[in-house]
Amino acid sequence: MRAAVVTFPGSNRDVDVIDALIAVSGQRPGIVWHRDVELPDVDLIVLPGGFSYGDYLRSGAMAARSPILREVSARAEAGVAVLGICNGFQILTEVGLLPGVLMANRNLKFVCRDIHLKVERADTPFTGRYEAGQVIRVPVAHHDGNYFSDADTLARIESEGRVAFRYCTPEGHVEDEINPNGSINGIAGVYNEARNVLGLMPHPEDHVDGAQGCSDGRPMFESLIEHLA
Amino acid sequence: MNGAAVTEPATTPDLIAAHGLSEAEYRRAQEVLGRDPNLTELGIFSVMWSEHCSYKSSKKWLKTLPTEAPWVICGPGENAGVIDIGDGQAAVFKMESHNHPSFIEPYQGAATGVGGILRDVFTMGARPVANLSCLRFGHPDHPRTRHLVAGVVAGIGGYGNCVGVPTVGGECTFHESYNGNILVNAMTVGLADADRIFYSTAAGAGNPLVYVGSKTGRDGIHGATMASAEFDETAEERRPTVQVGDPFTEKLLLEACLELMATDAIVAIQDMGAAGLTSSSFEMAGKGGMGVELDLDHVPQRETGMSPYEIMLSESQERMLMVLQRGREDEARRIFEKWELDFAVVGKLTDTGRMVVRMNGEVAADLPIAPLANASPEYDRPWATTAPPEQIPADSMNAPETKDFEGVMDVLQRLLASPDLASKRWVWDQYDHLVMGRTVQRPGGDAAVVRVPGSRKALALSADCTPRYCAAFPRTGGAQAVAESWRNLTAAGARPLAITDCMNFGSPERPEIMGQFVECIEGMRKACLALDFPVVSGNVSFYNETNGAAIQPTPAIGAVGVIDDIESMATIALKGDGNALVLIGECRGHLGASLYLREIAGRSDGAPPPVDLEAERRNGDFVRLQIFDGRVVSCHDVSDGGLLVAAAEMALASATPTGNMLGALLHLEDDLPLHALAFGEDQGRYVLEVDQSEVDALMAAADAVGVPVRRIGRCGGTALTVNGEQTISLFVLRRDHEGWLPSYMAG
Repeated sequence: MRAAVVTFPGSNRDVDVIDALIAVSGQRPGIVWHRDVELPDVDLIVLPGGFSYGDYLRSGAMAARSPILREVSARAEAGVAVLGICNGFQILTEVGLLPGVLMANRNLKFVCRDIHLKVERADTPFTGRYEAGQVIRVPVAHHDGNYFSDADTLARIESEGRVAFRYCTPEGHVEDEINPNGSINGIAGVYNEARNVLGLMPHPEDHVDGAQGCSDGRPMFESLIEHLA
Repeated sequence: MNGAAVTEPATTPDLIAAHGLSEAEYRRAQEVLGRDPNLTELGIFSVMWSEHCSYKSSKKWLKTLPTEAPWVICGPGENAGVIDIGDGQAAVFKMESHNHPSFIEPYQGAATGVGGILRDVFTMGARPVANLSCLRFGHPDHPRTRHLVAGVVAGIGGYGNCVGVPTVGGECTFHESYNGNILVNAMTVGLADADRIFYSTAAGAGNPLVYVGSKTGRDGIHGATMASAEFDETAEERRPTVQVGDPFTEKLLLEACLELMATDAIVAIQDMGAAGLTSSSFEMAGKGGMGVELDLDHVPQRETGMSPYEIMLSESQERMLMVLQRGREDEARRIFEKWELDFAVVGKLTDTGRMVVRMNGEVAADLPIAPLANASPEYDRPWATTAPPEQIPADSMNAPETKDFEGVMDVLQRLLASPDLASKRWVWDQYDHLVMGRTVQRPGGDAAVVRVPGSRKALALSADCTPRYCAAFPRTGGAQAVAESWRNLTAAGARPLAITDCMNFGSPERPEIMGQFVECIEGMRKACLALDFPVVSGNVSFYNETNGAAIQPTPAIGAVGVIDDIESMATIALKGDGNALVLIGECRGHLGASLYLREIAGRSDGAPPPVDLEAERRNGDFVRLQIFDGRVVSCHDVSDGGLLVAAAEMALASATPTGNMLGALLHLEDDLPLHALAFGEDQGRYVLEVDQSEVDALMAAADAVGVPVRRIGRCGGTALTVNGEQTISLFVLRRDHEGWLPSYMAG
């Protein structure tokens, strides 16, 4: 699998996902600077977490207008797998590759802790190594992770099975009390229509090695390698 | 004070006093110059000779601290301390205070405190890998406390989270002595190649002086003198002297500096912290015995019409000053332009030993560098010794002291929900403690642990102090702060290597406060020597008082150790049903200055627990060896609240993601009264969880080296039980322990 990680001024979980890709695939991904206008020939494009452009204006809004995003969009439309994590998810919604918006957490505080996610389906390039309905534990670390969309869009993504993950209890119940940010329907991640683009707020890249406390994020990268090999 | 040269006010006694200079200091400034200083020069003297920049009251005593060891690469005097951690790698670290600004404007004060300490570390060529913070707030019932906690925590998180450095540990405690003067002490730890450390000694006449980072504005003018004065009711009026931080720019500055540092273009580098352009240029030139020609017209400015005085004293954040090799300017400029940062050649080094500052074609200041940078005033201030407090014999108190408590479990429940012992999850949930992906021990344990990339190694980190001990008897308190830090690292299985100290005290002009400082240092010195634990960096913050009431003396200790293989790391969480619990160290039931005394009996008298440094060393070395040999399943040092609190913390830490917990059945029998055994704060102790099959060997090994050891029970159930009769559910304990801070903040 050939992967590229796109970095913006203010990206800071680029290191985490690069380390995770190396740990799982044994290969170092290419690193593409936000001002570049061309992407190498890759199977996976990652938009990492962080505070691109300091989150000024609106999280992800300025990065969505950087030159490289035109190329990312073109590749996404051509079917290349695109993974946007945290700030990367915010950028994907800002650029219109994914529906909805990410608002400030409902308690208006940054939140960093492990949460549980219910894997909605296991037939995508990102989730083949999980079981549908499986509960995994990964951390969140964000201030603006409160997913929202208008009722029509929400109905559409729900009916099209485009919700990737939902915040849940350790037993797999989607309940409002354990929702860390107020996301509608407990949504933690969504796919595009073709399911080759995934955006999610939690950080599977920080749970790939037992020394990190858990390795539930690892199968996501293994799924990608298996699917894209 | 707009001091453009044409409108310069006369140098009146009031103006001198407003600059924080004493009459004697002003006379000395006149002698140095051979004339009266102009306003810009007066401003420069004022900040360079401020307590904050010159350490004039503390130098004499700081010099007595041990600063050397075979693994010390760079001790105090640089931007941060540097130690060798093996394999050609170095850890670079320092802790610094940002107390006064944080009280006035908690979010920005705390945020810029983090920004400043991050710069101190990456200035030396290190990539920051962890932040810690020691926070001291006023009494929870004080009307400002809640607002200050919310602002400081948000500010620390807001800055560190954005820069992408995990905030992995520290302390957060409350005491009325901080009502009018909170403490925000921030520590950064970085990693560098041991042969790629950057220093601040300027060299090479003709080499360009380069300014990079943010533009200069009028913010923070006289922050250094503010940090060197007491507070009164007018503190609020000083809000304009608090700097404003921009963590996004800091992140760019960090990446740009590290990129340039991969070349050999830099001769010297210094961040513009307190006293900004003034102290950075004077310090660099002073260390190298050089002179400087500085042209302020080239300094990137955010506002128009700034005077030389304002430019020289501005504390605008996210700025650096560098001396480059001549001819390397364009290469460096390209890197900073890539990161969209200002880059300006603002002057050059000379061999005159003088600082000549020009603006608009006129000389704005012309000063000799050495007297300001290296020969600042040094005071031997009068100090008074603190009399040893009365010992409180364990059996002199009835247990429990009041009718509200039925037994030790009632007391335990109350203690774990008291402000100092209650879980600080509400705080660290707001800190990104996982970014970089290398955090292997998260906040809440004895030490935070972050992996060193590309190796099996990890750094164990702690930030600690027990101010109530320092207030009761500074010698013991100073030693205890160092010993407990050493113990925190040991309990994680690390080899403790070195410390940074952040000394927070009241006014040094009062002999009893100066005495607290002197005697804390003396205690620290002894502990550092006994534990081979040198001081490699630090900071002194005096004048932490409001209307003459000083804070408790608070020498916060930031400690760094190495775990050679993360496989042998220990954590505090109980793990195995049936495993034995073993106590290392001696129990004397010491209740003086304890949390039990304060929270349960409502008294804060008595001597702090004595620190037997030989026993400390012997017990700690033994525990570390047992961890290394794989005999220890979990380990926790016994500190605030004593043995029963330590055991409860281990049980609470056992919580799994699904909410299961592992309790303990303890047998606490002794000649001591039960409450003294349970809550005495005797030092040098650890609780170990050990597999039953290993207990005999471990106890024999302890006996063989004269380390006190005893079985105190075993793991099991979901409650904590003492002597088969008193018991409490872990779920009840957890509810109260986790509940206090969120419910306080919601109140």
